[in-house]
Amino acid sequence: MENIYIPTKSEIKKIVQHTEIEYTFSMVYSGTVVPGQFFEVSIPKFGECPISVSGITDETIDLTIRKVGQVTNELFKFKEGEVFFIRGPYGNGFDIENYKGKHLVIVAGGSGLAPVKGIVDQVYNNQGLISSFDLIAGFKSPEHILFKNDLDNWDSSPLNIIKTVDGAEKGYSGDVGLVTEYIPDLEINDMGNVEVVIVGPPMMMKFTIEAFIKKGVPEEKIWVSYERKMHCGLGKCGGCRMDSKYICLDGPVFNYVEAKKLFD
Amino acid sequence: MKLNLTLNDINDVFEKIRKEYKIYAPVKKEFKGTMSDTPSIRYDEVQNFNEIEFNEKSDFSAKEIILPITQVLFNFNENEYSEPTRSQEKILLFVRACDINGIRSLDLMYQNNGPKDKYYIQARERITFVLIGCEKSFRNCFCVSMGSNKTENYALGFKPAGDNVYLEVKDESFSKYFDTPTDNNFNFEMDFVSENNEVVNLPVIKDTKIVSELETWREYDSRCIGCGKCNFVCPTCSCFAMQDIYYKENENVGERRRVWASCQIEGYSDMAGGHSFRKKNGDKMRFKALHKVHDFKQRFGEHMCTGCGRCSDACPSYISFSATINKLDKAIKELK
Repeated sequence: MENIYIPTKSEIKKIVQHTEIEYTFSMVYSGTVVPGQFFEVSIPKFGECPISVSGITDETIDLTIRKVGQVTNELFKFKEGEVFFIRGPYGNGFDIENYKGKHLVIVAGGSGLAPVKGIVDQVYNNQGLISSFDLIAGFKSPEHILFKNDLDNWDSSPLNIIKTVDGAEKGYSGDVGLVTEYIPDLEINDMGNVEVVIVGPPMMMKFTIEAFIKKGVPEEKIWVSYERKMHCGLGKCGGCRMDSKYICLDGPVFNYVEAKKLFD
Repeated sequence: MKLNLTLNDINDVFEKIRKEYKIYAPVKKEFKGTMSDTPSIRYDEVQNFNEIEFNEKSDFSAKEIILPITQVLFNFNENEYSEPTRSQEKILLFVRACDINGIRSLDLMYQNNGPKDKYYIQARERITFVLIGCEKSFRNCFCVSMGSNKTENYALGFKPAGDNVYLEVKDESFSKYFDTPTDNNFNFEMDFVSENNEVVNLPVIKDTKIVSELETWREYDSRCIGCGKCNFVCPTCSCFAMQDIYYKENENVGERRRVWASCQIEGYSDMAGGHSFRKKNGDKMRFKALHKVHDFKQRFGEHMCTGCGRCSDACPSYISFSATINKLDKAIKELK
């Protein structure tokens, strides 16, 4: 019988530093992965933690990691060419088929950009995929901006990219304001043909969802991704349960019609 | 097949059985209780029939035989994880009806909720149930309300009767251990309780969100001290946390373990980076209670709680789980 807990070795192909405490590790992995899924990163002696996939190629997956805990602190000591252990992918991920030919709006807060970045990559590389696209990416401050190069690349294409920060020192030339401030001005012509993806910290998600509902977007057109404490990622440890759902198995991506009923 | 054996006969049978099986049963351990001079009844390996505690409810359930408190998943060094070898011995497990039904909940979690868990299944496959009947209901039991007072899922049934032991051999493959001539006139039935002192009205929950906001949970903000004893004595609580430990002699070598976790203890929902959920003890209580009598059924079609009442027995604040559920039911009915 297969041992579902056993992680496999994966080589670090490349490390990109976004901020002091946020790096993207490109890891060798070939297999089917979809944006929104996650892996358990495993380091002997330090433990495991769930990390969402922020980029997918045929040979690699990107894991964007913030240095905030026991495992991630250790992980930041690793260099390109070294190996650590991973197991996955887990979770349902985003159903990109469902967005084809439609108007797609993504709102990401902080590291919430990581799980949706794979969708933006696909839209950017194949702009016939959807009919219209908006990304609102919000960060705490200019120092907290992730994927700067990707954001610039996407912005130079016809895609509508709004990069905003909650606050900045005087003299900052970019947009300043919470992500919710940009929602009233978004042009959504056909409420029946739009899909809205929202990922970020709990409070940001709450107010962003409210803003779209106020705008008239039907609840079934809103998609969210949840994060909860996980030990296994396999529906066993119980840590990520919200009433009768397990974030690792039934999520992390939920339609808002279902998500709004979930309770911690 | 129904048999009437003497205590001497039964110990001979035990000796024969022990050549193929390890026998685990509730054992009364003197002076091992929480309070001074009190015993603790919990599962352990036994050699003889008279070591088994038949008269009282065990303080802990049998779940630790299948799902140990601490279980090594891997041994590791810097370069690899390796799986420890596991015991292959078959186990005869002496359990009451409620606990046999409780193990079904563990089966659902570890076999049906996502991919199959090898460690659990390997332990589970080694186990054969021996039923301990319940002549009477114990303190805090409400198995009848939960429908877990009966079971057909056992291979052997033992009923102590004075100097003799009545035995039901349901699984005929065990008949080889008994050479006592069968007396066709001898008959008895294993005991199942049909009534408890505690009666629980199971609430009908339509909207979990409304139920979670009920005032009834606030009582436990102060009454519950968040010690987690209720989770650990529960036959169906199955949460665990992962833990890596390394050896003093060589820090690069160690073990990855899983250890029982409690949703009532602070820190259970804490994520790296600072987010956490259910900070009030009343909300933790609500999370546990609704899982036992609502959420699990939503997912698997049957209730998780078996009504064994061990959580009420163990609670240092004397919180009765049956009373908690009845208060909830009352509060929900008052909503309408």
